[in-house]
Amino acid sequence: MTALTMPTRPRHDASLRPVPWRRMAWVTWRQHRAALAGLAALLGALAVYLWLTGLQLHQSYATYCHPASSLACAINFTGRYGITGNLVSIFLQAVPALIGAFVGAPVLAREMETGTFRYAWTQGFGRWRWALAKLVLLAVAVAAAAGAFSVLYSWFNQPFFAAGYAIPFSTRLFDLGEVAFPAWTLAAFAIGVLAGMLIRRVVPAIAATLAVYAGLASATALWLRQHYMTPLLTTKLNLPSSAWIVSQWYTKGGQFAFGARGSGIVNAVSRLCPSYNGSPAQCLTQHGYTQWSSYQPGSRFWPFQWIEGGWLLALSVLLIAATVWLVRRRAA
Amino acid sequence: MNMNVIEASGLGKRYGSTWALRECSLAVPAGHVAALVGPNGAGKTTLLNLAVGLAEPTAGRVTVLGGRPAGSPAALDGIAFVAQDTPLYKNLSGGDMLHLTANLNRGFDQPYARARLAELGIPPKRKAGKLSGGQQAQLALTLALARRPRLLVLDEPMAMLDPLARHDFMASVLTAAAEDGVSVVLSSHVLAELERVADYLILLSRGRVQVAGDVEDLLATHRMLTGPAAEADRYTGRPVVHARRAEVQAHLLVRAAADDPVPPRWEAHPVGLEELAMAYLREPDAAALPGPARGRNPEPTEATR
Repeated sequence: MTALTMPTRPRHDASLRPVPWRRMAWVTWRQHRAALAGLAALLGALAVYLWLTGLQLHQSYATYCHPASSLACAINFTGRYGITGNLVSIFLQAVPALIGAFVGAPVLAREMETGTFRYAWTQGFGRWRWALAKLVLLAVAVAAAAGAFSVLYSWFNQPFFAAGYAIPFSTRLFDLGEVAFPAWTLAAFAIGVLAGMLIRRVVPAIAATLAVYAGLASATALWLRQHYMTPLLTTKLNLPSSAWIVSQWYTKGGQFAFGARGSGIVNAVSRLCPSYNGSPAQCLTQHGYTQWSSYQPGSRFWPFQWIEGGWLLALSVLLIAATVWLVRRRAA
Repeated sequence: MNMNVIEASGLGKRYGSTWALRECSLAVPAGHVAALVGPNGAGKTTLLNLAVGLAEPTAGRVTVLGGRPAGSPAALDGIAFVAQDTPLYKNLSGGDMLHLTANLNRGFDQPYARARLAELGIPPKRKAGKLSGGQQAQLALTLALARRPRLLVLDEPMAMLDPLARHDFMASVLTAAAEDGVSVVLSSHVLAELERVADYLILLSRGRVQVAGDVEDLLATHRMLTGPAAEADRYTGRPVVHARRAEVQAHLLVRAAADDPVPPRWEAHPVGLEELAMAYLREPDAAALPGPARGRNPEPTEATR
């Protein structure tokens, strides 16, 4: 049956040259092309949609929004496309999490679950080099795809910013920025691979990735981001529209009176100005209150993008390094 | 070929509070088909995982291919390992698995591997998950052999195979061993399937090495004595490994050479590998170890009955 003779073995010299790194390119591609194709299909479909809708947006803005404050603009542009823009931005929040869960988490979890790590880690390439090469290649691919996508998305959003309908600093748009979006995608991927290595089962690892990502993204948006740089403080009533108002409150006679939201201000305004239909701030300033605003000016958008991108990149590097370390030391 | 393909000293592996393998000292010389035998849970997989570098020892050390630390690049380069249940990427085709393995190793004999798949009738385009158990095992073996290793390690390679596939698989292993001089270490809990192929036996029991040695030597130094049951307890001529008594007759497996004098009313027979291994497995405290290991147990076969 096996009449084949084995050819003579090549000489095994003592000074072994390791298997070249570039060989992992084909390996990674062949093993993960389905996941990468899924990613391309998802982002591609979204990109086509953004492109087609974006053309209409730009067309509509160019036709009706000169000036942007006109009624025609409000009816034909923001009135017609505003909801669409909001829904798209909400949906896109989930994209990094999906990439982390469905591309990142299975990379190692599937190897552990099906036992194929016993094949992969006993090949001549070496297990930690195998893990490092594979993870870096996939991380770069995922971040690059997300980066390209975010450029298209920012083009899509331009008319909304120009019409003053949305500001780049808003919570649901900031993390879709050209730096933050690829960084969040990378971080989600890194969370996914580490979860996969720790949990060693695909489905629980996917669930854990989604949960951890959601927690991190919420904590960043609700609490962390506003502290990147010390907010500016002003008593001016008219803040530039591009500013991100972190918090607002009122004082009277140097004493804190109430915050800009809640029952305190509602009671005060209805007591002081019962039949007044201007803004609460104007009413309150007329009655001796001072409005304080702590805000991040719109000019800080790019520094904030780079700060967020920077720490997310550092976090991702750390998580991937931890994963490779686990692959290296894990006892089978 | 006087190097040791696997050499362990004081090797131990603990999972939690359980020792899967303890105080394992072992030297498997090159050029053998070595059978690693033992009941389930004896530590066979643990020992092999340590040898191929998948697991880190808790105690002691293990080297392969003449002193290379297990799991080091030099060790990985020279060893091909086929793990239990022959894990393959089920969604990749046989041809893809060849490419994958070729890319992950310094050397890979692609023409040999392709010819072997063709000879076995394994379609290179079919996904590994769609192959039969026997074909999957053969594919995994092909991947291992085409790396042209110096040591082939097989962990329970035949557990999932039907008798015909087992026969074909073992024939492939033996061909490689005979023609290319590959040293082979394979584990199994089915003794019968190793009897025909192994020329070196390592018997593992409860995480310890109980017997290790050349099969010919082992068979030459053990005899089965059959005699009256009433006299079995009085037999003191040679160390008894295991005594089996029926009403009339007793069978004693003793450590004795073929030309050893046989007591009156007793008959001596040569033993088979399976018989010998079974006797030791029934007496976990008995041991037959070569060289220094034996020195530490001067009367290793005392503890019988």
